[in-house]
Amino acid sequence: MKRFAGLLLVVLAVGGIVLAQNALSINGAGASFPYPIYSKWFDEFHKTNGNIQINYQSVGSGAGIKQATDGTVDFGASDGPMNDEQLKAYSDKHGSGILHFPTVLGAVVMTYNIPNVTASLNFTPEAIAGIFLGKVTKWNDPAIAGPNKGVNLPANDIVVVHRSDGSGTTYVFTDYLSKVSGEWKDKVGKGASINWPVGLGGKGSEGVTGLVKQTPNSIGYVELIYAAKNSIGYGTVKNGSGTFVKADLESVSEAASGAAKSMPDDFRVSITDAPGKKAYPISTFTWLLIPAKFSDAPKRDAMKNFLKWALTDGQKQAEELSYARLPKEVVAKELKAIDSIQ
Amino acid sequence: MAASTTTVPSASPSAGSRSFISRLRDGDEIARVITFLFAASVVLITLLLVLQLWHDSSLARHKFGFQFFVTRVWDPNAEQFGALPFIYGTLVTAVVSLLIAVPLGLGAAIFLAELAPQKISDTLQFFIDLLAAVPSVIYGLLGVFIVVPLMREIIQPALKSLLGFLPLFQGPPYGIGFLTAGIVLAIMVIPYIISVSREVLLSVPRDQREAALALGSTRWESTWKVVVPFARTGIMGSIFLALARALGETMAVTMVIGNTPTNSASLLSPGYSIAAVIANEFTEATGDVYLQALVELGLVLFLITFILNGLARLLMVVTTQKGSGMGHV
Repeated sequence: MKRFAGLLLVVLAVGGIVLAQNALSINGAGASFPYPIYSKWFDEFHKTNGNIQINYQSVGSGAGIKQATDGTVDFGASDGPMNDEQLKAYSDKHGSGILHFPTVLGAVVMTYNIPNVTASLNFTPEAIAGIFLGKVTKWNDPAIAGPNKGVNLPANDIVVVHRSDGSGTTYVFTDYLSKVSGEWKDKVGKGASINWPVGLGGKGSEGVTGLVKQTPNSIGYVELIYAAKNSIGYGTVKNGSGTFVKADLESVSEAASGAAKSMPDDFRVSITDAPGKKAYPISTFTWLLIPAKFSDAPKRDAMKNFLKWALTDGQKQAEELSYARLPKEVVAKELKAIDSIQ
Repeated sequence: MAASTTTVPSASPSAGSRSFISRLRDGDEIARVITFLFAASVVLITLLLVLQLWHDSSLARHKFGFQFFVTRVWDPNAEQFGALPFIYGTLVTAVVSLLIAVPLGLGAAIFLAELAPQKISDTLQFFIDLLAAVPSVIYGLLGVFIVVPLMREIIQPALKSLLGFLPLFQGPPYGIGFLTAGIVLAIMVIPYIISVSREVLLSVPRDQREAALALGSTRWESTWKVVVPFARTGIMGSIFLALARALGETMAVTMVIGNTPTNSASLLSPGYSIAAVIANEFTEATGDVYLQALVELGLVLFLITFILNGLARLLMVVTTQKGSGMGHV
């Protein structure tokens, strides 16, 4: 009996050690926009690599950057690239940098609710900037009515709806507005939370959608994936080449292809207002933020393997969830960059 | 004698220590110490909270100083932060909610405690307790799907056409805004007022009522002139509780207030509250000053709660002294 107990103890101890060695847990936090695809990826990756468990908290891009900088997570994720100041703060603290890896693409679409108007509207950058600056105040303003000939737009006041919570969606949308409108850039600027010139704030995509659906003569912006999942109608937006483009997986990927040629080595690039005839102008990458140097070798190798897998096999799962895939050129460039992780 | 000296270690046991030991033996002293620690922990937690908020907002406090309270701009890009619209929104929604909830809640409590048959009173109390336990996000959804459309389509246009000349009821009827947030808050806090006030009214001694009736009062006169004043302290307590909840409520408010920092005099205008802006912006706040300004808002909310509670207590002391012998009870 004593011998049996001793044996059991040895087995338990050995088992514990083996288990502790095998179960490698990696923690990340950040953007909520890519959360559905990330959680699917981490789950799928765990199935083929049973010993690696990647946990992800969708706490928001800002919090993701902060937690990665503080070192409370192994990697971060963000819908907007880190700025130079944030990069400096990171390298000051860790003695080495942090790398950006685009994973999938998203877009922001214009959704609206005008009584008795069912047609899909065409929006020029001037119209969108004018509406959100509070300068275009009626639906029949020439800036809106011009490219929508044949649609009977009412003379009602426009009710502007924006996100009230800080979000990557707002960052992308205001990044776009800053590019197409000098006035927006000077007066308002871009960011996850900004000082809106006009409008009501809805909490989250569902809050904005709810307000737009309920309030006659309103306009708001939501993520493409949210609009697609909930069958919300949205308008087209005129891109830099002068074409009105409807946001879909193809036109969003097109925007990334346009930017791929001039992709900087650190992948920190905004693809709003991207060149290309078919490119949807309010598109964005979403990034994983991976430390350039890991102190823990198994973690580093697991992270590298995961990145390689996500950029190749993982991309196939993106479209099921309404995320646009990365263009091949970008993937090729990223696969090279993965090797530089130490 | 020998046995008793071994239990007292000191050479010359004084009367005080003797009684301490005996109280210790009875368990009284242990109970006193333990419960004292529990009570002290409340003060300790409050102090630590304030200390932490104070410490974590030092940058913002130094940068903006007193201006923080009177600045209307909240611009994360320009790093300009002012709390005025949020303070205003918090106070306005809390006041509106109490204006609605206090008469309704108190009336219901009087009915349940004094006038309703026991069975009905108990059954209703069950539902009221149930209401008090509903999570605030549910009240928020109720607000979004029922109160907001009702306000936009019926109540706000009606208010505008009847009282539109007042600055209180101007601007387009969006459905959301200060008034809607106040109404949703009122729905949320009414159960607290009813529940606590009913308990307090029920605990008023029977002879108080009988004495009033014996002097020839009607039932309502004995309720309104004797029972309610007698229970005033407890009723005020229930109102504080409601006020505290209204000031700090986050989820339900952010869903219906419009989340726009304004200090418009119109109740129909969209606004913002302190708790709502913290919840909305904290996760995505980048930059030390921005984060600290949000923490400072938390400190301001604490300050507001503190001041309002203090004022309410002062009010109670003053009215109690004037009142009909409440102080002696």
